[in-house]
Amino acid sequence: MTGIAGEIARFDNVGLRYGPDREVLCDVGFTLHAGHFYFLTGASGAGKSSLLRMLYLAQRPSRGMISLFGTDAITLPRHRLPGFRRRIGVVYQDYRLVPHLSAFDNVALPLRVAGVPERDVVQPVKDMLEWVGLADRMGARPATLSGGEQQRVAIARAVIGRPELLVADEPTGNVDPEMAIKLLRLFEALNRLGTTVVVATHDLHLLQKVPGSLIMRLDRGRMSDPTGALRYPPRRENAQP
Amino acid sequence: MNLPGMNLDDEQVQIPHRPLAPTGGPVDPAPAAPRRGWFSGRAALSGSGEGKLAGWRAFGSGGEGVLVPQARLSGPTPWVIAIMVTITVIAAATGLALRNIANAAALDLAGGVSVQIIEAQAPVRAAQAQAAQKALLGVPGVISARVVPQAELDQLLVPWLGAGMSDGDMVPVPAMIDVRIDGAANGARIAALRAALGRVAPGARVDAQSHWLAPVFEAMDSLRWLALSMIGLLALALTAAVLLSARSALGTHRRTIEIVHNLGGTDAQIARIFQRSMGMDATLGSLVGMVLGQIAVMVLGARFAGLGAGLLAGGVLRPLDWAVVALVPVAAVVLAMLTARLSVLIALRRML
Ligand SMILES: Nc1ncnc2c1ncn2[C@@H]1O[C@H](COP(=O)(O)OP(=O)(O)OP(=O)(O)O)[C@@H](O)[C@H]1O
Ligand SMILES: [Mg+2]
Repeated sequence: MTGIAGEIARFDNVGLRYGPDREVLCDVGFTLHAGHFYFLTGASGAGKSSLLRMLYLAQRPSRGMISLFGTDAITLPRHRLPGFRRRIGVVYQDYRLVPHLSAFDNVALPLRVAGVPERDVVQPVKDMLEWVGLADRMGARPATLSGGEQQRVAIARAVIGRPELLVADEPTGNVDPEMAIKLLRLFEALNRLGTTVVVATHDLHLLQKVPGSLIMRLDRGRMSDPTGALRYPPRRENAQP
Repeated sequence: MNLPGMNLDDEQVQIPHRPLAPTGGPVDPAPAAPRRGWFSGRAALSGSGEGKLAGWRAFGSGGEGVLVPQARLSGPTPWVIAIMVTITVIAAATGLALRNIANAAALDLAGGVSVQIIEAQAPVRAAQAQAAQKALLGVPGVISARVVPQAELDQLLVPWLGAGMSDGDMVPVPAMIDVRIDGAANGARIAALRAALGRVAPGARVDAQSHWLAPVFEAMDSLRWLALSMIGLLALALTAAVLLSARSALGTHRRTIEIVHNLGGTDAQIARIFQRSMGMDATLGSLVGMVLGQIAVMVLGARFAGLGAGLLAGGVLRPLDWAVVALVPVAAVVLAMLTARLSVLIALRRML
C-alpha cells in the first residue's frame, strides 16, 4: 500500500454557499492521502455532492483553502485546470452522459479528450464495457439504457483513463446489490493500482465491503470524523460503522 | 471475475505499483497524459504509455468529430446562410456592374466635346464647320475632331422628323463636330476650345458630352450606393443569422460542452470542435448560395448583353470583380467560424 507518501487533496476551513443563503458547507477540513479508499457519508442534503464538486474542480468554495495534488487549487490559473481535471475520474450522481453519443463513445471520451490515438482507445473501452456487463449495449445511446446501465457507463468512463483520484457520487445508487459489489471491486482494483478513491454514499452496507477504507461523515454541512481518517497521519483501520 | 491484466478475485495477486505523480510543484501538463490501456492489460500496468503528449494538440483522429452530431444540413443554419449568401452575391455583382457601367460611360464621355454650328444657311454652315474643324485640331490636347456627316445626322433625326423632312433647308439642322480631347473636358478646356472657335464660327455651341449625361450619372451613382448599402445591410443580416445559429447550436450542445469541459477538455479544444462544425455548416450553405447567386448573375448578365446597348455593355464583370464576389461566401464562412468560436469561449469562461 502506498501509505502516507503523498497528499492528494486538502481542504482547510472550506465554506460554500449557493447565493445569499446560509452556508451549505461550513468549516470543512480534511486531507486525502494517496492510495487510500474513502467513503463520504451523510444524510441526503448534507452536502456530499457539493463537497465532491469542489474536489473535482467544478465549483469554487466561498471561502477556505483547497489544495489538489500539492497545488493550491483556488489560485490555479484557468488554463491549468484541464490538466488537473484529467487526473481525476468522476462518476456524477446524475451520470452526465453525452446524450447523442453511444455507450462506447461516452466511455472513450476521456481518452479522446486526452488525445489517445484511436487504435489505443478501442480495445480498452470494449474490455471495460464488457466488464461492467454492457458488451451487447456498446452502440446504445444513454436514453435507451436503464438507469443502472447508464450508471455503469458513467463508471466505466470515470475509470477508463486510470485516474490518480477517482471521485464517485452515489455510484451504486441504481444497481442491484450484486452489481454494486462488483463495481466496488472495480474501484478496489483501481485503488490497488494507486488511485485514491472517494465514494459518496448513504448505503452503509457498502462501507463494510471494502476493508481498510476510511470514512468521512458530513452532518448538515459539517465534517465529523468517526474513524479518525481525517487526522494526520491517518490511522488505517477497518471501517465499522 | 477475471479481466485481462488483473485478477479481482485473488487478493494475493501482485499488482505492479504505478509511481504516483510527484506532488508539489508544477504538475501539468505531463501527468495529463492518461495512463492508457490499464484495463486491457496491453499497455501494462506500469504506465508505460506515459509521456505520450501528442494528443494534447491533436485530440485524436476521429475522436473529436464524434462530440457533436454528424447529421449535416439538419438545422436551419446552412439554409439561412445559403439564402443570405445568394442575395449578397447578387447585390455585390449588381453593385460592381453598375460601377463598371458608370466608369465606362464616364471614361467614354469625359473626353468628349460636342461642337454645334448653328447657322441657317447650309453653305455657310458647311464652310464654318470645315474651318472650325481645322481650328479645333490646332488646339493643344485635341486628339480628333470629326465633322459628323449630314447623312449620319439625318439618320439620327429620322425618328423625330420623319424621312426626308430634314432634307435641304426645310428644317435647318446644326452641323456637329465630335471632338475628343486627352483628359476630362473641364471648364478650362472648354473655354480654350471656345476661344479657338471665336474667330471662325462665332455662333458655335461647345458642350462637354458628360454635361448632357449628368442626370444619368447621378442616377447610376444612386444605384451604386444602393447596391453598396444593400451589401452592408445583408452582411449585417448574415452576421446576425450566423450569430443566432451559433448560439442556438451552443444551447443544444451546452451539456456536451460542460461534460467535455469537466473531463479536462481545454477551451481551445472545445471551441475548435464547434468552430469546425459551424464551419462545415457555413461552407455547405455558402457553396449553395454562391452557386445560386452566380447563376442569377450570369443569367442577368446574358440578358443585358443581349440588349447590345452601348452603355450597358460596360457592365460586364471583370475577373477582379468575380474575385470580389467570390469573397462573399468566404467571408460568410470565416464569420460563422469566428462567431462560433467566440460564443463557445464566452460560455466556457462562465464555467470554472
Ligand atoms: N446548485 C445549487 N444551488 C443552490 N443550492 C444547492 C445547489 N446544489 C445543492 N444545493 C443545496 O445544497 C445542499 C446540499 O446539497 P448536496 O447536493 O450537496 O447534498 P447531498 O449530500 O449530495 O445530497 P444527496 O445525498 O441527496 O445527493 C442542499 O440543501 C441543496 O439544496
Ligand atoms: Mg448528492
